[in-house]
Amino acid sequence: MTLYLLCLLLFCIGLYGVLRKRNLVKMIVGLGIIEYSMNLFFVLLGYRVHGRAPLDARNQDILNMVDPLPQALVLTSIVIGLGVMALIIAIAIRIYEKYGTFDITKIKRLKG
Amino acid sequence: MELHILLIFMIVSALVAIEVKDLLSSVIAVGATGFALCLAFLVLKAPDLAITQLVVEILCLIILIRATIRKDIPLAIEGRWIFNTVATVAFIVVFLFFAQLALKELPAFGYPIMAVVKRYLQEGLAQTGAVNLVSAVILDFRAFDTLGEATVLFTAVIGIMAVLRRPGRKKER
Amino acid sequence: MKKALLDNPRCGMSVIVKTITRLTVGLILLYGIYIVLHGHLSPGGGFAGGVIIALSFVHLMLAFGKDFAITKFSPNLASYLESVGALMFLAIALVGFSGGAFFRNILSKGTPFSLFSAGTIPLSNIAISLKVGVGLFAIFLALVILEKSKEEE
Repeated sequence: MTLYLLCLLLFCIGLYGVLRKRNLVKMIVGLGIIEYSMNLFFVLLGYRVHGRAPLDARNQDILNMVDPLPQALVLTSIVIGLGVMALIIAIAIRIYEKYGTFDITKIKRLKG
Repeated sequence: MELHILLIFMIVSALVAIEVKDLLSSVIAVGATGFALCLAFLVLKAPDLAITQLVVEILCLIILIRATIRKDIPLAIEGRWIFNTVATVAFIVVFLFFAQLALKELPAFGYPIMAVVKRYLQEGLAQTGAVNLVSAVILDFRAFDTLGEATVLFTAVIGIMAVLRRPGRKKER
Repeated sequence: MKKALLDNPRCGMSVIVKTITRLTVGLILLYGIYIVLHGHLSPGGGFAGGVIIALSFVHLMLAFGKDFAITKFSPNLASYLESVGALMFLAIALVGFSGGAFFRNILSKGTPFSLFSAGTIPLSNIAISLKVGVGLFAIFLALVILEKSKEEE
């Protein structure tokens, strides 16, 4: 329970970075923190006390493994996160080239 | 217990990453968060995720540093910080209160339900022949998920190529 | 021409970094291939192995400069290989139709705990690693080429 709440607190910090900061890089960093917290939350849901890693062994009797399903979902989510992060950084670099700043309040001609 | 310590470390480094003025320091602090996440995956018995998170974090850091290294602009100090801090803390308190109400419905930490996965664990080796069950899930039982992931990554690469392509030469008159 | 690029002190980092890179980059690439091929036996798999393979080329590019890395791995080759990875994954999925369903594991399962086992899973791992590794390397290449073309103007 405490772990879940700490994980959600991490989510709140990332949300604060996205909503409150005016620098584009800070917003990207906040988005990355949100992604970390959600990945961790999924894996926390699948943890089992005294469980083994989900690898079969020879002559095993008891199947007290942790849940492999959230791990499989998070495995794809991490790589997608990297792709999305790179896309956002590319857009941020283009914005910097065009307007010369990362400050979103100074980008005035955004409408076209 | 070690998970609590890792999570508190992650929260502190995330706060540093959000609040520090220097952009390069911010990027390095978020790297610290990512490596702590990698350790947390290792503690949670997810070695596949730990390997993937480690290498992805390195590549992400290289790209972020590449984007920020020559554009080190100090941030302007923003006004109304008392109001903003109070609003943020109030939001976090309300959010965590309702989250705590909602989390009571979940199974307790360490005792998942595992209704679907029980079958994967028992028959995974016989049906797919793969020893690594995470690999069996992502490439056999739930391969559609991986197909969607490949599509998203392909779209992201195409998007980056389109955004960053070299501008065409202007015609000389 | 390649030799001139390799020893040119203008592009890339210092001699120390170049020497260490020459020693380690092959090992990193080999480790990535190991992770991919043993994805169904040990932790790892196509995603982690693909990113490690991409990191080995990124390492080469950071140490020796853009021009040398492009002689080893041109952008055209990158786009070609990425399409090959995606098409290979789809082809593996479609071959499953001959067994009755999309993504059906039709090949022989083999004996467990050996390298040649688990039917189509190692093939899918290779396809995913091509897709992910070359895709991420192409992203990095696009970022670097943009930076250089800006400097030339």
